[in-house]
Amino acid sequence: MSDLATSRSDPAPDSDVLVRLKGVVKHFPIRSGLLRRVVGRVHAVDGVSLEVRRGETLGIVGETGCGKSTLARCIARLYDLTAGTIVLDGRDISRLTRRRMRPLRKGVQMIFQDPIGSLNPRRRIGSIIGDPFAIHRISRGEQRKRQVQELMKLVGLNPEHYNRFPAEFSGGQRQRIGVARALALRPKLIIADEPVSALDVSIQAQILNLLTDLQDEFKLTYIFIAHDLSVVRHVSDRIAVMYLGKIVEVGSVSEIDARPRHPYTNALLSAVPVPDPDRADHRERIILVGDVPSPINPPSGCRFHPRCPKAQNLCTEVDPVLEVKKDDRAEHLAACHFPVEVGEHLSRARAGIAQPDRPTESDISKQTLESAIHPQERT
Amino acid sequence: MSVSSIGNLESQLVEPVAGEPEGEAAKEIQGRSPMQLAWARLRRDRVAIGSFVVIILITLVAILAPVIARLAGHGPGDQYPFTALNSYGLPVGPSRAFLFGADDLGRDLMVRVAYGARISLIAGVVASGLAVIVGGVIGLFAGYFGTVIDTALSRFMDVILSFPLLLFAIALVSIIGPSLGVTIAVIAFFSWASVGRIVRGQTLSLKEKEFVEAARSLGASDMRIMFVDILPNLVAPLIVYATLLIPAAIVFEATLSFLGLGVTPPTPTWGNMLSDAETYYKVAWWFIIFPGGALLLTTLAFNLLGDGVRDALDPRYSRLFKS
Repeated sequence: MSDLATSRSDPAPDSDVLVRLKGVVKHFPIRSGLLRRVVGRVHAVDGVSLEVRRGETLGIVGETGCGKSTLARCIARLYDLTAGTIVLDGRDISRLTRRRMRPLRKGVQMIFQDPIGSLNPRRRIGSIIGDPFAIHRISRGEQRKRQVQELMKLVGLNPEHYNRFPAEFSGGQRQRIGVARALALRPKLIIADEPVSALDVSIQAQILNLLTDLQDEFKLTYIFIAHDLSVVRHVSDRIAVMYLGKIVEVGSVSEIDARPRHPYTNALLSAVPVPDPDRADHRERIILVGDVPSPINPPSGCRFHPRCPKAQNLCTEVDPVLEVKKDDRAEHLAACHFPVEVGEHLSRARAGIAQPDRPTESDISKQTLESAIHPQERT
Repeated sequence: MSVSSIGNLESQLVEPVAGEPEGEAAKEIQGRSPMQLAWARLRRDRVAIGSFVVIILITLVAILAPVIARLAGHGPGDQYPFTALNSYGLPVGPSRAFLFGADDLGRDLMVRVAYGARISLIAGVVASGLAVIVGGVIGLFAGYFGTVIDTALSRFMDVILSFPLLLFAIALVSIIGPSLGVTIAVIAFFSWASVGRIVRGQTLSLKEKEFVEAARSLGASDMRIMFVDILPNLVAPLIVYATLLIPAAIVFEATLSFLGLGVTPPTPTWGNMLSDAETYYKVAWWFIIFPGGALLLTTLAFNLLGDGVRDALDPRYSRLFKS
């Protein structure tokens, strides 16, 4: 599957695309005071355009709070969009009402992060897994029980545990229950929101293998969200890197691995542990300064500029477009004014602007002073 | 995707989860529901079980009141001016014929206390049942839908909770006229708001849980989410609140009857017996001790049981219900 995705150099034709996002925006209003007036907005997802192809696994990585989960919930239409469109299987679902959306939900299912919170503690798992059949009035009674037990077998649960409560299962088993529930309606797309982040490392592999096996068996398409790049790299065909509500780089796993163009992607990749102490010693580590800025008041221009080792004045003013960079394959997009070249040493790079947590050297401050006086000269 | 994982597809699908104890299917451990676990915890609580036994006994007395009347040979309204009143016209004390003594009209106090248990239990259970149902549904709607609905319903609850209930009850009864139905309606009307508040608060936190989001992503309707997903998680606080509401309702009913606003004489209730005893308690202690003692025993038993049920159902709720 992975070579299929990488060999393709043209943008995928329409029939090949299961989900297409165009400029998806989700802002959460912050209300305060007696009149509940809107005093600010959380820019959780701020203009995301993406394509998910049939049968592939698209991994979405990013730090906590970058909007991955919000994006997932937008695609599953758990949230209403602020702007933008989502086309699922040729049909625009971004403005559908709840009633009209209901039959389409069969096609999109979610697996949640928290294996404890996502299962109702007061209901037996037979009834939890049977929920999709009950909600869509597909089957009842003995027939439903048989279907549920088949699903339980499929995900590696003992069907005799039909009448147990979620508290009687381990974390991995509970995540299997969540997978069974998501699989019940035979969806085309499964959105897995950090499905293994809450699990022990030994259990993570089991669940990942289960998801891979099910994908092969049922021709599923996955959107796989995680903050752990090594997990995403393992399961995905393509990877999208998110930072503060925006996609900064998309590409096949091999492309991203071999030639990451965005400095943030480089930093993420350099943080993945290498299981070889000799190689790890010689590896370049890019340590980002500062924290993720607040999504309530995101930085101007490129949102990464306050932490970027290559930031220049241009970055503070112009928001870079997600586009194909020089010498890259057509499906490898990056949003950066000064993309990283292969062999470049980012850890030695110096930003051309003042950054709050970096000790500013005199020449840098002189430069910023100059550009502050003549801002047009650089752009 | 990795090719190696396809190889173990077969074994993955057939074998149960790794780490499952061997031979567990043979010696099936009976899965216990949260309610069964709570019941097991409650059974270890001796005070709660003692209270439960007392409540069952009082219930039996209420149900068997006609039998008690027949055994004593006195009806609840029968007057015995020659055997139950002495030569000064004062009630006689406890004796072989009148085990609890007699009241000012020469009636058997024991039989009347037994009949009074009926009114108290009916008023207590029915009124708090109504309060829990109404408060539960309204709290669920307010908490789940939020926004304008929540604001409107919450303010309504605030208004009810700030009513001077006794004055309101007196005014209402003097207009409609006293009866058991009115008493129950008044009690329920003033009790549901506190249930509603608790349910609203719990719903507010429950609706943010991931399992609600999961239900929504499956396409469940609001009604289904409220009553299938959220309500089962509210059963514990509702049961606890109901058991604690019952004694309050019993006392309230007794108060109204004491003031002559509840169930009217000659129907015996603990409240109107205490009211009658007011003028006689200096010469006839039994007249106030037995109905008063029955009232105390019943409310105490319900309160202690309520505490036990609360601890058994969820220890975390204990802080919520302490007033």
